[in-house]
Amino acid sequence: MDPQAIIAKRIAQELRSGMLVNLGIGIPTMVANFVPSDVKVFFQSENGLIGTGAIPEQGMGHRLLTDAGGRPVTALPGACTFDSAMSFGLIRGGHVDITVLGALQVDAHGLLANWMIPGKMVPGMGGAMDLVTGAKRVIVAMQHTAKGKPKIVNKCTLPLTSERPIDLVVSEMAVIAFPGGRATLLERAPGVTTEQVVAATEAKLAIPDKIPEMQL
Amino acid sequence: MQTVSAAEAISKIPDGATLMIGGFMGVGTPERLVDELVRQGKRNLTVIANDTALPGRGIGKLVDAGLVSRTIASHIGLNPETQKQMIAGKMTVDLVPQGTLIERIRAGGYGLGGVLTPTGVGTVVEEGKQKVQVNGKSYLVETALHAQFALVEAFLADYMGNLSYALTARNFNPVIAMAADTTIVAAEHIVPVGLIAPDHVVTPAPLVDYLVTNG
Repeated sequence: MDPQAIIAKRIAQELRSGMLVNLGIGIPTMVANFVPSDVKVFFQSENGLIGTGAIPEQGMGHRLLTDAGGRPVTALPGACTFDSAMSFGLIRGGHVDITVLGALQVDAHGLLANWMIPGKMVPGMGGAMDLVTGAKRVIVAMQHTAKGKPKIVNKCTLPLTSERPIDLVVSEMAVIAFPGGRATLLERAPGVTTEQVVAATEAKLAIPDKIPEMQL
Repeated sequence: MQTVSAAEAISKIPDGATLMIGGFMGVGTPERLVDELVRQGKRNLTVIANDTALPGRGIGKLVDAGLVSRTIASHIGLNPETQKQMIAGKMTVDLVPQGTLIERIRAGGYGLGGVLTPTGVGTVVEEGKQKVQVNGKSYLVETALHAQFALVEAFLADYMGNLSYALTARNFNPVIAMAADTTIVAAEHIVPVGLIAPDHVVTPAPLVDYLVTNG
């Protein structure tokens, strides 16, 4: 299976009916493609929409109905729109059940850096700092390494997104959580060994006795 | 409220003015007012907005024309021209978390000195800011933002200036409509009074100073 599809499919299993969910750009957006049909979640776009649906067919988009990247989307039955103050009230106020975002680095305690590389990439934090600070549960979707280098590090060298630790990392190799502030290996991707995960991770991982394979 | 042409509305804005402009990646940005700012060549502008859109679109047109000397925004990542001017020192960019930016604007319009937010605590965003403890939790004091002009895009405006918005084009618009000395509105449709039901008015008419005529 394609690495991005492994990540998106595994994260989709975290969603439950009735949840309000915010998906970031990139792999996080793909999570929506793997939600089982009997699970009905509300997807929020932080530009002011709950009930975000799939990308419309060619020529069927509306120029005033877009996602947070400005691309045309559809709105599902029951969708609603609101201004940016309410949108971030939903986010900061703890009304968003799960946010899924990308990462540049995650450290041994679950702290996240995902918004800038000083001197190189300064796009602005957009909504990331509010999402990580305010959502009930923060899930990071990312490739385990970047250009062969571990992204799960002892301590983030890039500017942090929030002082609030994330809850879960899902990569194409592993599922890692941070109980008690300690990076802990929970699952391996099919065909990946614990040793391979440890070798691709800079932070020291707590390794429980049983580490099941992801059920994809 | 006065009804004016786009040219007349924009003629009220001096060089060096501070503008709040509605829109999110250009969606909900009053393009006609932006075009008029470019045509009249207003210079040295400070723009407070969510983002600077893309080159050739919305606020991106102001950046392309070199009219902006300072931007206060949450995201400029999709506009390479903004980043180029920032790196070249032609434009100052203050990056603000999106939820903090909209609350600072809201505070400006609602008569508050600022807001207390947990967003940014423990990050570079807290540098130079006051931090306070409330019930054992840390918050940053984020001060209110105010502008001389708000450039608002509505979907419907009635003859009195009551406004409603469409879909995701609402975004910053009703919030900035409260936070400037002078609010200038361009609407997709101008409709008779009563067509927007009282319950559906989002921005009340007394907030609108100039409604730009269509056609």
